[in-house]
Formats: sequence, C-alpha cells, structure tokens
Amino acid sequence: MATMSVAPPVSGVLLNDFSLQVATVNGSGSQSSNLVLLRTIFQMGVPISGKNLFPSNIAGLPTWFTIRASRHGYVARKKEIDFLIAMNPETVREDVLGLDPGASVLYDEPLKANDLRHDVTFYPVPFDKLVAGVCPDAKLRKLVRNMIYVGCAAHLMNMEMEEVERALRQQFKKKQKAADLNWGAVKAGFDYAVTNFPQPDRCRLERIAGALSKTAGKIIIEGNAAAALGCLFAGVTVVAWYPITPSSSLCEYLIEYLKKYRRTPDGKATFAAVQAEDELAACGMVLGAGWMGARAMTSTSGPGISLMSEFVGLGYYAEIPGVIFDIQRVGPSTGLPTRTAQGDLGFVATLGHGDTRQIILLPGSVEECYEMGIAAFDIAERYQTPIFVLSDLDLAMNHWMAEPFAYPTKPLDRGKVLRAEDLTRLKGDWGRYRDVDGDGIGYRTLPGTDHPAAAFFTRGSGHNERAQYSEKSADYTNNLDRLKRKWEGAREHLPPPVVEHTDSGEVAVIAYGSTQAAMVESLDQLREHKINASYLRLRAYPFAAMVREFVAAHQRVYVVDQNRDGQMFELLQLDLGPELASRLRSVRHYNGLPVDARSLTDAIVALEGAK
Amino acid sequence: MSTTAPTPPLVKLNRLGLPQSDYRGSKTTLCAGCGHNAISERIIDACYEMGVDPHRFVKLSGIGCSSKAPAYFLGRSFGFNSVHGRMPSVATGAVLANASLQALGISGDGDTASIGLGQFLHLMRRNLPLIYIIEDNGVYGLTKGQFSATADLGAKQKSGVINEMPALDTCALAVLSGATLVARSFSGDKKQLTAILKAALAHRGTVMIDVISPCVTFNDHEGSTKSYKFVLEHEEAMQELSFVPSFEDIAVDYDPGTTLDVPMHDGSHLRLRKLGVDFNPTDRQQALRVLTDANANEEVLTGIFYVDTKKPDFIAQLGMVDTPLAQLPENVVRPAPAVLEEVMASLQ
Ligand SMILES: Cc1ncc(C[n+]2csc(CCOP(=O)(O)OP(=O)(O)O)c2C)c(N)n1
Ligand code: SF4
Ligand SMILES: [Mg+2]
Repeated sequence: MATMSVAPPVSGVLLNDFSLQVATVNGSGSQSSNLVLLRTIFQMGVPISGKNLFPSNIAGLPTWFTIRASRHGYVARKKEIDFLIAMNPETVREDVLGLDPGASVLYDEPLKANDLRHDVTFYPVPFDKLVAGVCPDAKLRKLVRNMIYVGCAAHLMNMEMEEVERALRQQFKKKQKAADLNWGAVKAGFDYAVTNFPQPDRCRLERIAGALSKTAGKIIIEGNAAAALGCLFAGVTVVAWYPITPSSSLCEYLIEYLKKYRRTPDGKATFAAVQAEDELAACGMVLGAGWMGARAMTSTSGPGISLMSEFVGLGYYAEIPGVIFDIQRVGPSTGLPTRTAQGDLGFVATLGHGDTRQIILLPGSVEECYEMGIAAFDIAERYQTPIFVLSDLDLAMNHWMAEPFAYPTKPLDRGKVLRAEDLTRLKGDWGRYRDVDGDGIGYRTLPGTDHPAAAFFTRGSGHNERAQYSEKSADYTNNLDRLKRKWEGAREHLPPPVVEHTDSGEVAVIAYGSTQAAMVESLDQLREHKINASYLRLRAYPFAAMVREFVAAHQRVYVVDQNRDGQMFELLQLDLGPELASRLRSVRHYNGLPVDARSLTDAIVALEGAK
Repeated sequence: MSTTAPTPPLVKLNRLGLPQSDYRGSKTTLCAGCGHNAISERIIDACYEMGVDPHRFVKLSGIGCSSKAPAYFLGRSFGFNSVHGRMPSVATGAVLANASLQALGISGDGDTASIGLGQFLHLMRRNLPLIYIIEDNGVYGLTKGQFSATADLGAKQKSGVINEMPALDTCALAVLSGATLVARSFSGDKKQLTAILKAALAHRGTVMIDVISPCVTFNDHEGSTKSYKFVLEHEEAMQELSFVPSFEDIAVDYDPGTTLDVPMHDGSHLRLRKLGVDFNPTDRQQALRVLTDANANEEVLTGIFYVDTKKPDFIAQLGMVDTPLAQLPENVVRPAPAVLEEVMASLQ
C-alpha cells in the first residue's frame, strides 16, 4: 500500500505561486490532462502559463509540460520545478534528481521514484490499478490514465472540483461520453489521494475571487492562433505554406478560421489556401498574389526562410507586398526543431543578396501576435515590400493568458495604388518607381486596370523609374538610394518601442519578442538587488529614433537576446554608431528553453558587479 | 507609359477594334534569328486574331533569354519577369488573386527542366488556368550554351562535347502530372503554332506547350538535335490543326472519320485531322506511348498530345468566389465584430 515517505520539513506553503511539471512520453495523450490542470487554475483566478517541451518525434520520446501558477502574474518559465508528476520511466531518474530539496513528486508507483532521494515529498499512485477500476475497456485505458493525476493534484493542491469538471467538459466539448469517462478517472485519482495523502501539498491554490481575480474575462491562447486571427481580420485572401515546426499551426489555425468565417452565403470561399510544394513556392505564390493586389501571407521557420531568400530579395527590389511569419526555432541547419530561439533576426534583417534591408515586426505577447498580424498587411501594402513577423516557438506554441483581443479600429490601408481614373487624371504620365511624395514609395497599378497606360513590367533586373529595363549606373543608384530612403522612412511608422519603466539612473535593459515575460519578472528581481533598471522593449526593425534617445539617457544598457551571437545587440551597435554602441552590454540566452527571469537577473547582476 | 496614337483608317482591326500593333511589345534584344522571337510573333498573331483584351492579360516568366521574351509582345499587358525556375509559383499566386485575367507563362528548357522542374510539375498537377510555354533550345542560351536537361542523348555541343544524359520529355511529364492540354510545336511552324496558341487561349486549365526554338548562337550547328535543319528534317506532325473561334461561323464541314472536333471552354472548336498514326488525344495512355515511341525513333513529333476539357481547374477545385480575391472589399474580407467575440468566448 502506498505510504508517504518521510519528507523534510517543508519550507513553507507556496500559495498560488509554483510550477508544476508533468513528465510523460509523447503520443501518450497527456495533453488533455495538462490542459485541464491549466484551465482549472486559470478558472480559480490565478494567472498561469503552460509550456510544452516536446521532442521532434511523433511518439515514444520524453515530453514535459510545465504549468506555472503565479499570483504576481509572472508567466515566463520558472527555472525551478516545485511539483513533479513523473510518468516516464525513461526520465524519472533525471527528473527527480533535478529537483530542489523540498519539491514534491507524484509518480507512477512501479517507477519507485522514492528510492532516488529522501529530501523531497513523494506521492506514489498505482495508475494501472486505478484506471482498470474506472475504464472497463482496456483499449481506452491509455487515453484516460493520465486523468488520474489531475484528480490527485486537485486534492493535493486544493483545486475546486467544480472547476476541474468545468475545465474537463470544455476540453471535451461535445464528446459527452469521453468527458464522462475521463471525469470518472479524475474522481478516482481524487478519492485515492484523499484516502492516502490526507495532508495537502505545499503547492497550494486558493481562489482569487471577484474583483481581485487576475484571470476573469481573460483568454488562453497560443501565439500561432493569435497570429492566425490577426491574418483573418487583416482580410488575408491568399495563404501559401509548407509545413514546418513550429510554424505549421499558424496556417492550420488560419485555414480553420477561414473555412468557418470567410465564406459567402452560398458557400464560396473568399480566400485561397494552398499547401505549396516547398517554401520557395510558398514565397513565390505570396509575391505573385501581392503583385496582383491580394493580401497574401505565408508562415515558416528558419529552414524555410533560408529557401525563401532569393524570392525575398525579388520582393524587396521589385517592391511587392507580402507578409512572412518566421516562427523561429533553434538553428543552425535543422538544429533543435522543437526548441525556441531568436536566432533568425540577423539573417532576416538583410535577407536577400545585394544591398537589402528588411522590415521586421517583433511581437512580444499573444496580443501582439494578433495586432501585428493585422498591422503587417497594412505596412506591407503601404511600403510595397515583404514584411517579416518574427515570433518564436515559445510564443507561438505555448499557452498564454491575454485580454480578449480588440476589434481593429482602423480600416485596411491598401497603400498607394493608382486606378484607371487616376491615370486619366494624370494623362497617363506616371512611373512605377518614381518618388513623387519624397518618401521613397512609388505608386503602383494592379493588373487588370483598364487604362492604356496602366501596365508596367515587373522585374528583378535593373530598372528605371518607369520600370523599364536599365543597366545605367545612374538608374541603379537612384533606385537603390530610394529604396534606402523608403526603409529609413519606415522607422517612425512601425509599432513603436514600449518604454515600460524608466528610471533616470544608470542602468537600462532592451529586450524584444518572447523575452518580455521573463524580463518584467527579472526587473522586479533586479530591484531586490538594488538595480533599478529602465526598460525599453523593441517591437520593430528598423528602430525608431526614440531608441537612440533611450540609450543616450543611460550609462549601461543591457540588450537581451535569445541567441548566441547577440544579434539584436549587433543590429543596435550598427544603428547607433560607435559612441553610443559602447554603452551596450550583451546578455544572451541560448539553450533552447524559453528564457527565465532568474538567468537574466543573475547575468545582469554579475555584469553590474563587474562593471 | 505610352498612350495610343489615333489609328489610321486603313489598318485592319480585330473584333475589339484594336490594330495588331497594339499587341506588340518593346523591341527585342534577343539575337536575330533566335526561335524565341518567332514565338513572340505567333503570340502576337494569336492574341490579335482571338481579340484578347490586353488589359485582361498577364505575362510571367522565369530567367533566361526565353524569359526575357514577355517584354517583346503585348506591351499593354502587365508583365512579371521573376526568378530562375520559379515562375510557376509566382503565376499561381497571381492567378489565385485574380482568376478573371488570362495568364501566360514563358519559360526556357533550363528554367523548366532543371532548376524549375519541381514547380513545373506541381503547376501541372494543380491544373492552374495558365498557358505555359517552354521555348526549348536544348541549351542555356543566356549563360552561353551549356546543355540543358532537354538536350538529346548524343547531341553535340558547339565545342564538340557530346551529351551523355538522356533528355527529359517535358510533354510526357506534363501529361503524367495533370496538365489538361499538352502540345509540342516548332517556332518555325507558323500555322501549327498559331492554331495551338489559339486553342490554348480557349482552354480552361493548364496548357503546356513545348516549342522547339533553335538558339542560333549556341545550338544551331551540325550534330545539334535542336537546330533549324535537324527539326525541319525530323519533324513529324501528328495532326493538321485548325481552330474555329467562338465568334466565327462553325459551318465548315469536317470528316468525323479522319478529324476530331474538340469543343473548347469558350465555345470555340479545335479540329485535329489525323496524319499518319491513328491517334486519339483524349487518351492519356496513348499520348504517353506515342511520346515514348517518338523519342526512341528520334522523331520530333509535334501536335496536340493530350486534351481534357472536363477536368476542373484549380480555381474550381478551391471553390472560390467569382469576384477576384484581389478586388474583394473590406466588408467581405474582414469578418464582423461578432466573429471576434465568438472566437474570444471560445477561448475564455
Ligand atoms: C538561381 C540562378 N542560378 C543561375 C542563374 C543563371 N542563369 C540565367 S539564365 C540560365 C539558364 C537559362 O536557360 P533556359 O531557361 O534554357 O533559357 P534560354 O536562355 O536558353 O532561353 C541560368 C543558368 C540564375 N539567373 N539564377
Ligand atoms: S543566345 Fe540563343 S537563345 Fe539567347 S537570344 Fe541568342 S539565339 Fe536566342
Ligand atoms: Mg534554353
């Protein structure tokens, strides 16, 4: 019979503030159980995040799902695991030995985790025996087995069972029978824990009720779903993609939404979605559609970006709008396909051969995946160039809380397009690449425009203002200088940096993208170390002028990158020039895991100590 | 951008009231005598005679001497000279965005059969409504005469090098992978090529035309199998082709025993009078057999190998609205606030 092993004195209750990790093998159907746990805590008013650490494999390899509950609202990865649910024989040893003393382990009894050490609390649970009791059909047992730990955790952590049931029924939506079966397993786990583990664990939940609730009205969503919603409400009409982790779910969500919400009353599609033969083709389709006047997008990850580079150069030079989501994973090459990084930034900033400068948007939250998903299309058509949205696996595939997204208030900006009547007014005198307004952006016409002077010839070879083939040096430099003007002009028209905290002191931090969650927590930790840092979060490249002012106002500015080479640090150095660049210090995180606050804090504290 | 001068009264006009000069492009920069120039001429003829509206026509290409050609015809149509071997994807995006325009893609044998083979096959497979022309000279003209993948086994390069690799037959590949009108012609065969181009303009789906188009500078010598001389000596036309456009009287008689009448998408009729072999171009298996035999016999077999006027094109397969996607207004493409509320509620 299971007994609790003797645990050292617990260091105190972790009320609404702990991390819970479930270690399983992938393909074992634990995702539903994990999401029920996540939603239950969320429904109790406690802020959460859920991160799935999974292998590049379909079934049988280790996978970890980590839920962080934080009454402070910290949603980044927490370095330490406070409560482990150990289900995987392959990793149980490593998982248990990796815990800090005082942590708790709920485990499948035959794994004998309690033999491994004596300074953590063990909760052995006979999963096979319990599941046999609630699931007569042996074939289904594998699927409901994991619900037992939900019940055990519910008891140990004081979860409200009504909320567990609500979360479970939402998870199984209309599948009533499956929901009932799983609910039976939850209850069996709960009853077992009540009998065998009468003491609650130190990781404990308590409802944050009413006005104090930090989750009421909020949603839980993955960044890729949020970005897909952005595309939907941006009015995307052509979607071309090639599957690659971690970007696939963006187009998959988008296609699901398009099929549901973008049909005419007679069932016709107001979009075209194509699974292309590769990323070159996906990018070519985006450019072809953009040239024709449609709003087109693709999503990919590093290897796909590499393949797209020739087309991106064409889009830049021939000035064709398009939106490319790069959901970054760990490179170089195939790298770690299911781990996260911000490693494509430097490559994308000048993607394409020759002199190129791209425009990049950097969402730092799921809200921004949605908002920038919309804005990217406006910017692409305004600037007539491919726009990159750089997300990453952590933001894109993990579960984040957010305020419900706001409906766009601005109408679509379709950019500078001349219609037949405009051409008549201009008496046919126009030039596709002529800088009429001084902003480097020419006017374009769309194929099909019914005017004898409408047509022009688009090419990636040298051209003059009238889009005619030209090898003249003057035409070439004129064109390249205008393109640079156009890019420079974008600086103040992209999502501006967010200065989230300013302190006139010496120290500042610059971060971007998914680092945001860890950064806000780290800033609080830094204050405990008497470091009061200002914080600027970049949201786009090229940088707005206020970035320069921000750096100029501080002595030491830490630039946080999730890559080995400090790619944003390098871009900032180039942009700011030698004098201001000397104020920058690089902080780099690149182990493939989402960045955590403690690592950032430790790095900055160390550098401050050594200043 | 040029405006049209008032038309002198004696110039012949087509059914849109346009003179043939309105179908010309800028002056060619290709070598004098290059087969590609003759193909441009035939495209001009076919579009003029069919009364194609230049505003409703788009031209796309990859990279190569051949891919430069779109600048030299239909100057009042939009053109897009893209990157090497990737015209199919650009054309796919363009056609999806506005399927109401007629699209024509020009490629070379290097552009199609080497760097672009993957995109080429996938375009055929989708049956995208597009006319795809390979201006096939067996060499890379623009990079000065290296063999391409359509060069025949044993063909001699100008330098004397013999080609050791078997040729890829782009027509067989097109038939296999799903194109719905597949033909081969010769840049020097004015009548046949014009008839095929007209049929192409009347078809809905992917048309693939491989046009043997000699490169006078790098592949027109003794020992070449893509020279004018070789093609003239070895060409074997399968059918005598005639084309009756939808706007003309169809009364002309034909003998159903020797001639196949193919009603086209736009109401036109394509007539194929058999020459030599007894051949039915709606039979895929037979098309592949005939092509294989011709390759074995070193014949330059021309004519229409395959036609299927029933298979739905890519636009029909996708179930798209009739209005071009590029022209859908904001209230159609941006769902209402209630949709966002519904999605948000499902995530709470
Ligand atoms: C990515 C890339 N690789 C190589 C080239 C160089 N290149 C230009 S045209 C060409 C071959 C063209 O041959 P083909 O398509 O047969 O056209 P032709 O000139 O014979 O009409 C090559 C290899 C290029 N433009 N782009
Ligand atoms: S090099 Fe050959 S293919 Fe190119 S233009 Fe001259 S003749 Fe034509
Ligand atoms: Mg060639």
